[in-house]
Amino acid sequence: MSDLRTELKQSIIEQLNLEELELADIDNDEPLFGDGLGLDSIDALELIVMLEKDYGIKLTDPEQGKEIFASIDKMAEYIEANRTK
Amino acid sequence: MKNNRLYINGISSISAQQENAVFDGNINTYHQNIIPAVSPDYKQFIQPMALRRMSKAIRMGLTSAKIALKQAGITKPDAIITGTGEGCKQDTEKFLEAILNQNEKLLTPTAFIQSTHNTIGGQLAQYLECTGYNVTYTQNSASFESVLMDAQLLFLEDQEMNSILVGGVDELSKKMTSFMYLDHQLKEQEISNSNLLKTNSSGTITSEGAHFFSISAEKSEKTYAELIDVSVFQAKTSEDVSEKILKMLQLSNYTIEDIDLVILGNNGDNRFDHFYHHLQNGLFSEKPQLAYKHLTGDYKTVSGYAVWLACKIFKTGSIPEIFKLNGVTCQNPKTILLYNQYLGDNHSIMILNSN
Repeated sequence: MSDLRTELKQSIIEQLNLEELELADIDNDEPLFGDGLGLDSIDALELIVMLEKDYGIKLTDPEQGKEIFASIDKMAEYIEANRTK
Repeated sequence: MKNNRLYINGISSISAQQENAVFDGNINTYHQNIIPAVSPDYKQFIQPMALRRMSKAIRMGLTSAKIALKQAGITKPDAIITGTGEGCKQDTEKFLEAILNQNEKLLTPTAFIQSTHNTIGGQLAQYLECTGYNVTYTQNSASFESVLMDAQLLFLEDQEMNSILVGGVDELSKKMTSFMYLDHQLKEQEISNSNLLKTNSSGTITSEGAHFFSISAEKSEKTYAELIDVSVFQAKTSEDVSEKILKMLQLSNYTIEDIDLVILGNNGDNRFDHFYHHLQNGLFSEKPQLAYKHLTGDYKTVSGYAVWLACKIFKTGSIPEIFKLNGVTCQNPKTILLYNQYLGDNHSIMILNSN
């Protein structure tokens, strides 16, 4: 379980060009958007593509994103339950 | 009577040389034909969360613009005019590679959004909260000159216009820049940049950079120079260029005697440097002659460096030896003429005055 969380943090740092951050800088329960990590709507699009490309999960309802991308923990839980690869 | 005076009140240069260091004799030398620009500490100018998405062109453009505006004491210009010969190549390349690698599926938006030529102008508007006139010119190696021509027109047309941010930016990218070897724009053999003007072969060296200027219709104690005129034209022969220069001087009420110094765009390409040599041995044989592309490489908006150099010479009164093409000396030049061309196209003349 922790491996997936680490993998997600690595992907987020790499794909969203958060070069300044280390894995330890992102807490599993920290909000990814808003006051937490400070991601924005363009990042959300990048994360949606990442879910499909890396885990075979296609989000059809954009509203789902708010819940799924709330934190690393929430993302990992959703991926574990829905991944096809 | 509308105002047609155009004063440069803030300047900034990001190039293969550290800004200002050349005036202290600190020259960067390279043994490669594709030379990256020296990056300032971008974090001092751009928030890290915004910086993370920016390609080098955007980083250089924003930073250079901010430095120039700060010098001029301007927080928000009335207009922003940007020139770029080749646009945001790094993001274009990233996006095209993703299309190929992912078989046109699952493409992420960031690189695409930022791949257009007017990204830099747009980002500048966003950062400076400037909702005024905002135009980007892509006119090959006359892109920067086109910007200045538009600024002239803007001042003539709009009485309210007082402050315009103008600049030129171009960046390197891995694949597209290397294509310049294929059509012999770059020299086949890797050379030392300091030897560029001594070579006798085709092609040149290239680089990247950003040069921004805060210009105003009003002169102030911060003023570096007045732009007297700028012209872009096509010429078949060296004689055509001399003729054009004389005509432009006449139109500006100047004579050849009024020119104290010339800055030329020699780039070591033996197919086209005759345009410069003809002026060096003819019209300007008795004038101090400077060149700069052995320090900066050649790229589509590099003439911004020549304007920056002229402004620095006006302000400091000194002319570093590294730029000199001949031994003719000059104390405190008042009027400088700049001439440039690339591959025999887009010839340009600019006249700057320090008064």
